[in-house]
Amino acid sequence: MTPLLKVENISKYYGQRIGCQDVNFDLYPGEVMGIVGESGSGKSTLLNCLAGHLTPETGEVLFEMRDGAMRDTVTMSEPERRMLSRTDWAFVHQHARDGLRMNVSAGGNVGERLMAVGARHYGNIRAEAVDWLGRVEISESRVDDRPTQFSGGMQQRLQIARNLVTGPRLVFMDEPTGGLDVSVQARLLDLLRGLVREMGLSAIIVTHDLAVVRLLADRLMVMKDGHVVETGLTDQVLDDPQHAYTQLLVSSVLQV
Amino acid sequence: MRNQMIEIRDLSKTFTLHNQGSAVIPVMDGANLSVARGECVALTGASGAGKSTLMRMIYGNYLAAGGSIVVDGVDVVQAEPREILALRREVLGYVSQFLRVVPRVPTLDVVAEPLLAVGVEAEAARERARDLLTQLRIPERLWQLSPTSFSGGEQQRVNIARGFAHSYPAMLLDEPTASLDATNRATVLGLIEEAKARGAAIVGIFHDEAARDQVCDREIDVSVFTPGLQGAA
Repeated sequence: MTPLLKVENISKYYGQRIGCQDVNFDLYPGEVMGIVGESGSGKSTLLNCLAGHLTPETGEVLFEMRDGAMRDTVTMSEPERRMLSRTDWAFVHQHARDGLRMNVSAGGNVGERLMAVGARHYGNIRAEAVDWLGRVEISESRVDDRPTQFSGGMQQRLQIARNLVTGPRLVFMDEPTGGLDVSVQARLLDLLRGLVREMGLSAIIVTHDLAVVRLLADRLMVMKDGHVVETGLTDQVLDDPQHAYTQLLVSSVLQV
Repeated sequence: MRNQMIEIRDLSKTFTLHNQGSAVIPVMDGANLSVARGECVALTGASGAGKSTLMRMIYGNYLAAGGSIVVDGVDVVQAEPREILALRREVLGYVSQFLRVVPRVPTLDVVAEPLLAVGVEAEAARERARDLLTQLRIPERLWQLSPTSFSGGEQQRVNIARGFAHSYPAMLLDEPTASLDATNRATVLGLIEEAKARGAAIVGIFHDEAARDQVCDREIDVSVFTPGLQGAA
């Protein structure tokens, strides 16, 4: 098996400050990797470099295209990268309003992505949109409502439907359960796990919530001050952390 | 086909507590153990001797300091995370003492999940889950509820059902009969004997001595591998 994504020596600086430095990893098809660290550790900077939202100063992000060739997404042209982000990639934002069109109906939000990849038949688009709303547990009766009329948890589920409708191969998630209350979080985690398994998705999830990565991620990367300090199997890193910072992070979690 | 399913050579483990004066605690040194197909080995030794630590190292949950743990040809000490995940999915099952699942997921799905993960068709997986839950006397009216709200004994039985859903060639059992009544205990021992009969290699911790005598072929006292405890037993 070959990796879907090969990240080599990615560094990003904000002036003199380090965003993230010398990050390397491979992600294989079907793998879910979590990136944890406190605010300012560089995890969102890294995610945005990988997803093409920021341009790193050094390094390569090699992605396996549908023809099997590895292409560096940092140096590819903007139209090519935008095509990837509409087809093979998905990006789930922490705040659903950053990933949704708030003045377009729920069905339109999902259908728009299908149109972007060439769907033109209105009936088919609407049927597919309704099917996806069902999968994320949004009733068909809400298909013509705007996201502004939805609760936070519903907006997040709509964002996930909008992102996954085109059958991406790699999903980037930035704090996908942040700001949701715990009962809604659990429902979303269950949904994400099911979709990852059914669709064979690979995903990179940035979060500061260790409970979320324990349930969702196969592998974990721990960041501090822009550097990767520890990587490994998720339960191994959480149950037998090796680095001083990871030990502090794990031991600081409040027990309920 | 190798006869030894699990082969542990010269295994050592230390814990370094960076935030407590960088204390280094050696907990295991020079551990050796082989488990053949169809064999059940009990780990014994006083509390703190390292029984659970050894089990967790075999599962890849704790990182070894040195040595090797070869399970079905994969050295867990050196393997990449994805290799360990594949091993856990297909070869190596683990029944821990605690149930850890996504809240809200129905019990039936919790038990069927290991089968779905190895590609068993959904209805066949649910059928096997129903069969195990019935054997372990989890009332049918609870199957659609999340086990997170169940009693301790019920959670343990759900955990056992989940652990035995897929026919793993190697299994780790941490106190599988603790807190079970006589009937359920007999069912669990039956499941263990069934697994042995189909050739599973089993490593277990049993404080229940009668259970240990019934299903285990031999015992290994792990305190002989514990630095500072040698000869203490």
